[in-house]
Amino acid sequence: MADAHKLEILRGLIKFKSNVTKIWGVLILLTIVTGVEVALGIYKPENLLAPFLGMKLLNWIFIILTLVKAYYITWDFMHMRDETKWLRRFVVWTAVFLICYLLFILLQEGGYVESVYATEYVKRDF
Amino acid sequence: MDTTAVSTGTEGKTWGGGNQPMKASYGKMMMWFFIVSDALTFSGFLAAYGFSRFKYIDSWPIADEVFTHVPFLHGQELPMIYVAFMTFILIMSSVTMVLAVDAGHHMKKNKVIIYLFLTIIGGLIFVGSQAWEWATFIKGDYGAIQTKGGNILQFIDTDGHRVALGDFVVAESKDRSQHMETNGIWFLEEGSLPSYTLEEVVSGLESHPNVLVRTQNIIEGEKEILSRVESLRQIKENGVSVVEGANLKVNEYGSPLFADFFFFITGFHGFHVFSGVIFNLIIFFNVIIGTYERRKSYEMVEKVGLYWHFVDLVWVFVFTFFYLV
Repeated sequence: MADAHKLEILRGLIKFKSNVTKIWGVLILLTIVTGVEVALGIYKPENLLAPFLGMKLLNWIFIILTLVKAYYITWDFMHMRDETKWLRRFVVWTAVFLICYLLFILLQEGGYVESVYATEYVKRDF
Repeated sequence: MDTTAVSTGTEGKTWGGGNQPMKASYGKMMMWFFIVSDALTFSGFLAAYGFSRFKYIDSWPIADEVFTHVPFLHGQELPMIYVAFMTFILIMSSVTMVLAVDAGHHMKKNKVIIYLFLTIIGGLIFVGSQAWEWATFIKGDYGAIQTKGGNILQFIDTDGHRVALGDFVVAESKDRSQHMETNGIWFLEEGSLPSYTLEEVVSGLESHPNVLVRTQNIIEGEKEILSRVESLRQIKENGVSVVEGANLKVNEYGSPLFADFFFFITGFHGFHVFSGVIFNLIIFFNVIIGTYERRKSYEMVEKVGLYWHFVDLVWVFVFTFFYLV
């Protein structure tokens, strides 16, 4: 198994010589992504605060960067890259499908309840 | 890798555990099953947080104003810095864990010991940081007034800086002392009393014309600030209690739900980190006494490693949804 590591990340853009150098490479990548998130979180650039698909554009950037980090943690730290195709699929497809379903239901409902408070004759403050 | 099961004489046969679906050993496969189900548990919590947040989208606390503290740097507003440090510690301990797994593949016992030790230290630093984060959040910093409807009114000066209750309220001598089990009916007690009473806050507000009230409502990305007349009216007519810090019932930063979710989700995650540290300690001692050396396989390090990385993975999402978004 030790010799079976796939050593490419970013679709072969960066190829590491050994598994250990790959780990350090992924650490650098994750640190850069976290650094970008923190910098954006502190400075909150004005032009990224525009609304986009129900949220601020900045929030979408945060979520995408988080998914990027999640991908590298699972693929390289948890060795998903070295597992068989179907192990990857059963883990990722199951989780992604159920999580999307859950998120859709709960966020949709939350937005609806908010709209009832905001526009209908239901008050919560007395 | 070799299976670690006890010999039963049926090894190698399909129904004797010899078959490895998807080329993953039994233990590894079960760890993946557990991780998928645990991931769904955490998604349930985070989605519930999202639900409440969407429900109170116009009055949710702004995380940047809540988590501003860094240890040893008193009185400075530094949002994100400490939590970024915590994230880095956890990613770093994930890295040492992969390095331990890698050293295990090469059967290098001493390297596994060193890397596992570093992983445990990283985990302990993280849990400690989380405890500090909780303590700071529970203690609070400015104090606020809760209204009849359960809303929070905070104080701000005319320059737009937050004002702590202690800056404008004078505490007078109190007749009322905290009721303890020891004095009076033994089965009754109450939580610690706030430093100021509502009347003291009202008179403090009256005598400081530069202090205004800030509500929970978010208007164009900023919390709403009331006029001087309106501030006094709100406090006098609707104020019911003084709130300092946060717990499961009240939260000086805004909706109590925010505190509830914070305690529950970071607490559940912290519990995972803590149990991860325990698992790491167990295999750490197993490595030292040579268990895996005799087994000729360090697969157990890999399985616990999977769990440890999963904890890191969850934190990445908690970090985003509690501190960034």
